[in-house]
Amino acid sequence: MIVPFYHVLILAGLLFLMGISCMVVRRSLIMILLGVEIMLNAASIILVGASLLWQNLDGQAIVMFIFAIAATEVSVGLALIVWAYRRTGSVDPGDFNILK
Amino acid sequence: MTIYSIIFYLLAVLILVTTALAVTRRDLVHAVIYLIFSFFGSAMLFYLFGAPLLAVLEVIIYAGAIMVLFLFIVMMLRIGKSAVRLFPLSQWLPAAVGGLIYIAIGIGLIAADPNSHIVLKTARADPAVFGRYIFEKHWLSIEIVSVLLLVAVIGVLLLARRSPRHPAGQTIEGEL
Repeated sequence: MIVPFYHVLILAGLLFLMGISCMVVRRSLIMILLGVEIMLNAASIILVGASLLWQNLDGQAIVMFIFAIAATEVSVGLALIVWAYRRTGSVDPGDFNILK
Repeated sequence: MTIYSIIFYLLAVLILVTTALAVTRRDLVHAVIYLIFSFFGSAMLFYLFGAPLLAVLEVIIYAGAIMVLFLFIVMMLRIGKSAVRLFPLSQWLPAAVGGLIYIAIGIGLIAADPNSHIVLKTARADPAVFGRYIFEKHWLSIEIVSVLLLVAVIGVLLLARRSPRHPAGQTIEGEL
């Protein structure tokens, strides 16, 4: 007996909210990527909890694919950030306004 | 209140506090270090939920590889601290209204879910059983993910290559 499932839902929801606020509020490309990581982590927590609730291993399998997607996304995202920093000398998304 | 629920609440508080500290730090290195603590908490939560292999992978991939990659990039780029407010006051009202609506909808969804009051029972998926399951049922997805990782490696190599039109001396940071 651990806890009712909705406590896990609330925990993951709060984490997701923090991730999305980090992504929206912070003015730095690196913090935006960190926000995406926090959101993916919240999704993983809820999937593992649901896997325990229904005694089904599929939830854990999806979390494993989430890990792979997160690693891919971070490596490509950070490479893009370095590429943008070389061009503009800044990681502030407000500075990328050449098209304006 | 069993020992498992006490562990769960302690871990939940730890994860929420460290994540909140991480998203509010101005110094990026501090933010990344706090987030490593948060991911360690998540790993222990996975272990509590009966996923030891995922707990180990969380430590290795998230806290190990991904966060160290973030640390490298933060140290590689010279980022000045921005003097701008974290949250401009003119945007405060619409953001608060939108956020509150989403929180209300989320609470309603959780309350309406008939499964949400079931108490979780402890169980454990052995790494060997989990590995056999994932390679028997999801072998195609594993192959697709491996191709995805290969594509990511090639894409990152292409992005990181210095283009001939922008040699080192002409970029803003010549040493990058």
